[in-house]
Order: sequence, then structure tokens, then C-alpha cells
Amino acid sequence: MSAVTDAVRIAAPGNPLVQSVRDSLIVAKRNLIRMARIPEVIIFGLVQPIMFVVLFSYVFGGSMNIGGTTSPQVYREFLMAGIFAQTVTFATAGAGAGIAEDMHKGLIDRFRSLPMARGAVLTGRTLADLVQTALTLLVLAVVALLVGWRTHTGAGEVLAAFGLLLLSGYAFTWIGAVIGLSVRTPEAATSGGLVWLFPVTFVSNAFVDTDQMTPWLRHIAEWNPFSATVQACRELFGNPGVSTSDAWPMQHPVWASLIWSVLIILFFRTLAVHKYRSAAS
Amino acid sequence: MPGAIHAEGLVKTFGDVKALDGVDLDVPEGTVLGLLGPNGAGKTTAVRCLTTLLRPDRGKAVVAGIDVLERPDAVRRSIGLSGQFAAVDEYLTGRENLQMVGQLYRMRARAAKARADELLEQFHLADAADRTAKTYSGGMRRRLDLAAALVVSPPVMFMDEPTTGLDPRNRQELWGVIKELVSGGTTLLLTTQYLEEADHLAHDIAVVDHGRVIAQGTSDQLKARTGGERVEVVVHERQRIQEASALLDRFGLPGPGRGGTQVEEHMRKITTPVSGGAKLLAEIIRELDVRGIEIDDIGLRRPTLDDVFLSLTGHAPATEGEDGERPGAGRGGTGQGRPHRKETAQ
Repeated sequence: MSAVTDAVRIAAPGNPLVQSVRDSLIVAKRNLIRMARIPEVIIFGLVQPIMFVVLFSYVFGGSMNIGGTTSPQVYREFLMAGIFAQTVTFATAGAGAGIAEDMHKGLIDRFRSLPMARGAVLTGRTLADLVQTALTLLVLAVVALLVGWRTHTGAGEVLAAFGLLLLSGYAFTWIGAVIGLSVRTPEAATSGGLVWLFPVTFVSNAFVDTDQMTPWLRHIAEWNPFSATVQACRELFGNPGVSTSDAWPMQHPVWASLIWSVLIILFFRTLAVHKYRSAAS
Repeated sequence: MPGAIHAEGLVKTFGDVKALDGVDLDVPEGTVLGLLGPNGAGKTTAVRCLTTLLRPDRGKAVVAGIDVLERPDAVRRSIGLSGQFAAVDEYLTGRENLQMVGQLYRMRARAAKARADELLEQFHLADAADRTAKTYSGGMRRRLDLAAALVVSPPVMFMDEPTTGLDPRNRQELWGVIKELVSGGTTLLLTTQYLEEADHLAHDIAVVDHGRVIAQGTSDQLKARTGGERVEVVVHERQRIQEASALLDRFGLPGPGRGGTQVEEHMRKITTPVSGGAKLLAEIIRELDVRGIEIDDIGLRRPTLDDVFLSLTGHAPATEGEDGERPGAGRGGTGQGRPHRKETAQ
């Protein structure tokens, strides 16, 4: 067994940004291979939002007052932006659990002893989650079309809405990364990644018209970053229920959604990378 | 001139526990240092500090001429690490694992693949190259992990208990790999709980206990500290003990730190520290024969690293599934029938 062959030279450090992108993509590829080999994760990830689409459409449709009508068809079109947005935020739990699991396996020592970009392990994971989110959204959009959801705008606007959804989902995976780096077990990251998402996604305009909320709750809902994305999608899809509130995020939902997402990414990515670097597992 | 691995006064505290309490190490280029100690002695913490995984609270460390605390990224380009737990992704195949590591060392995809194939071949994993690491046995995972640490032939290697949990055959095989690696000029720091392993692989051994290096030297030097060789004779007739003892005394080397000749009447056993090895043994046998002293047993006992550890720390090194003292083991390792027989030293 000959362990030693001609010495393989270790490349000198290159452009840090290029290296960071390259390393992130290498790690993303590793995570995508894993996802493909554990398809249960993706399949169960799809079941929940599909169930929400069907349950909300048929159970709540007909009893919800959206813009003065309780038509089930109007509620279905109203609902989809909310379900899409909720689904992308749920990627938080997956990212958190994945990172928590990695941090407690020997592999992380390998990564941390390699001359690779420091944030690449986390960025690679969030990029792989983004791919999974895109896949989930695609399936969900098909199901939504099947239950009667329609868009009433051009292809550009519809694509822009999905773009905003993906960006927002990507931002939330960084929150997941911080959670994953703060807990001791993947199980804790899963539940820790989910519990706070219920108030965030329900105290919002996703499932009900905020006009019917008590004023203090309505203010929270209107400034909720999540609501901005939902409102922006409704506008871009041409779906009913666009809030006429004069709160700034409701007036400029596309900008509000973009700004929120970028701020979340900047803040939580910085925090996550710092936590990763100082982790002494 | 400091060695390829050099540490001074490393201190690392976790809460109330002082994992490292001022560790000094020096490993000259191209040599192997065995860090020997029981569970919890601080071996892994030392490795983690030297491989940039952990920042020591105090102290200084230089690896491959680079300051570990000041330029950790540069250190990472010069080291390979094989940790205590095989650091491979179980859902990736052997080949994908090695390719990924190669690419993260900034090899081009094609070069990384070629290197992966080469390593798979060398580590007898070619047949399993396209199976996920999940399906590998413990020994195969270890080999894959070691291969991953060797993707770029780093000048300095760290191995944290490389053979823990391996069966004897796999351990032997891994020893072969490590020896070959070192013969190629790699500097290696190896931690182990197995005294035999340190004896077998390391040029120098540093004994660690409670976060401190309590002794350092070659295997022979450490053994000499414990009292060197001893001749043990069990005579057949109790009444000839005194006569035999006086005879053995003439061959012995009584001196400071040495117990001189010891007699255990009830076992009819005489022990004398000696130097001169097997030749002397033959002489003693001849002399006993000339005097007609019948013997039941005679042997040359060399102290094992177990004895070394015991004499240094007052407790036996913990082995798997057993830590703490071994009841009945006397200081110095003689007399209590500890049947360690070590034929040759390196």
C-alpha cells in the first residue's frame, strides 16, 4: 500500500471572493447529492404545503371574507401567495437541522481543517436548500393550478414573484443556520426552526385579510417581513386581497420584501459565519 | 531551530476543566511523535489546537514554520488531519468524498478525480469506490478518512487515535500505511491510547496526563526511566534462594533509583535489575547450572510502556471500557505477576 506519491502541490490562495463562491458550490453539490440520496426529506417536505393548499382551499374557502366577498374561488387565489410564502420560510427548519447535524459529525473537522473559505460550509448548505425550495415551489404551483389558482398578469411579473419568494426563502435559511449552530441536536433545530414560524406566518396577511384584525395586531402584521412578500406576490400575480393599508411595506411591498430579505441575509449570515468560526464542538 | 510542530505553554480551559495545562511539544521534521495518554488526558485538545480547530487560551504554536494563531489559513494549507471519528460524508461514495476534499484544496475537478482514483487504489478501496461510505466497514471508513487527509500530501500530518476501534488486522494494515507515509518524509503527530502503537510507530513519545506532558523521550529512554531490564528467576528449592540471590547480585546493577535485588520468598522469585540483555541471561543460566541450582523459570523482562505509565502517573492508562486504576498493580510493575513480556525494542 503506497500512501505517498508525488507531492501534490497545494495551490496558493487566489481571489477570496472567487474561492468563496467555488467552495460554496462544491459544498452545495455535496448537499444536493445527499438530498438526492435521501429523497424522503424532499417528499415529506412537499406533503405539508400540498396539504395546506387543499385544506385551506376547501375548508376555509367560502367562509373567509376577502375584499367584501366570500367566494371560494376568490379565497383560493388570495390564499396561494400566502401558502407559497409560508412554504419557502419552512426551509428554515431543514437548513437548521442539516447544519446542526453537520456540526456534530466528524466531517466538520475535516472542513474546518481545510484551506477553504470559512462561510462555504454554511453557504453551500443554504444554496442546496434554495434548490430544494425551488423544486417544492414548482410542485406546489402545479397543485395550486389544479385547485383553481390563476395569475392575471404577464410572465415577467409572475417570475418576479417567484424570484422574491426564493430570495425570501433563502434569507430564512440563514436564520435556520443560526438556529442550527446554536442548538445541540438536529431535532432541536427542527422544532426550534419551526415554532416561531407559526406566529410569524399567521400574524400576517397570508391567510386572512389584515383589515379584520385588531389595530395593534394589524400593525404587527403589516410590518411583518413575511407580509411584505405575500403582498408583493399578490400584486405581481394579480390576485385578489391586496391590502390598501397605508403602512409603508403594504404600499411598496416589492421593495419592502427585497429590503427585508437583504437585511435578514446580511445580519444572520454574519452572525452564522461568526458562530461557525468560533464553534468549539 | 524549532521543529515542524512546535508548541509552547498551550493552555485550554473548558469551564472548570483544564484540558491543557501548559503543553510544550517539539517534533523535528520528518519524525513521528506519539502523544500517549489515557482518555481525557488532553491529547485531542492538543491536536485540535495545533490544527486550528480550537484556539488555545494561552501559549504559542508553530506548524510547518507558520504561526498557528496568527495565520491559521496558511497552516491549513500545510497540514492533513485524520480525526478520532472518520470525517467522511456517509451519503457520498468513497470517490465523491475524496474528490470533494481535493476540490476544496483547490485542485481542478479533473485533477481531484485522478487523485481520488489513485488514493482509492492505494488504500484498497477501488472496489468500493462507488458505494456510499455508509456501507463501509469501520476499517474501510478509517482508510477513506486517512486517504482524505492525504489528498495533497501535506508536509505535516496529525492523526488522532487513528486505530481506535479497529480490529487487529486493520490496525496492522494502517500501521503499514503510516510507516510508509513517514518514510516519505512527512512529520507526524499521532495520539494513541495504545502503548504498543506508540512503541511501534513513534520516534519520540510524549506521555500526557491531566493536560500536561509528564515525560518525553524515546521508547527506550522512557523504559529506562522505569528501571530498565530485569532478570527474574524462580528457583525450584526454597533453601537455595539466598545463594541464588547472592549470585544474581553480582550481575545486577544496584544504584540510585534501582531496587537492587528483590526476593519474594513465597514465590521463590528473585528479581535483579541488569543491563546486557540476552548475553547476560545465558551467563546467569550457566552460573546457576555450575552451582547446581535448579530453576523453574527464568526470563529477561523489559518494562513495557504500561509500566512506564504506571510509574509516572501512579495509575495505569485507561484502556477501552476501563478507566482508573487497576487494582493490585504495584508501583514499578514487578512482583504482582504482571506478565508483560516485551521481546524487542525499536
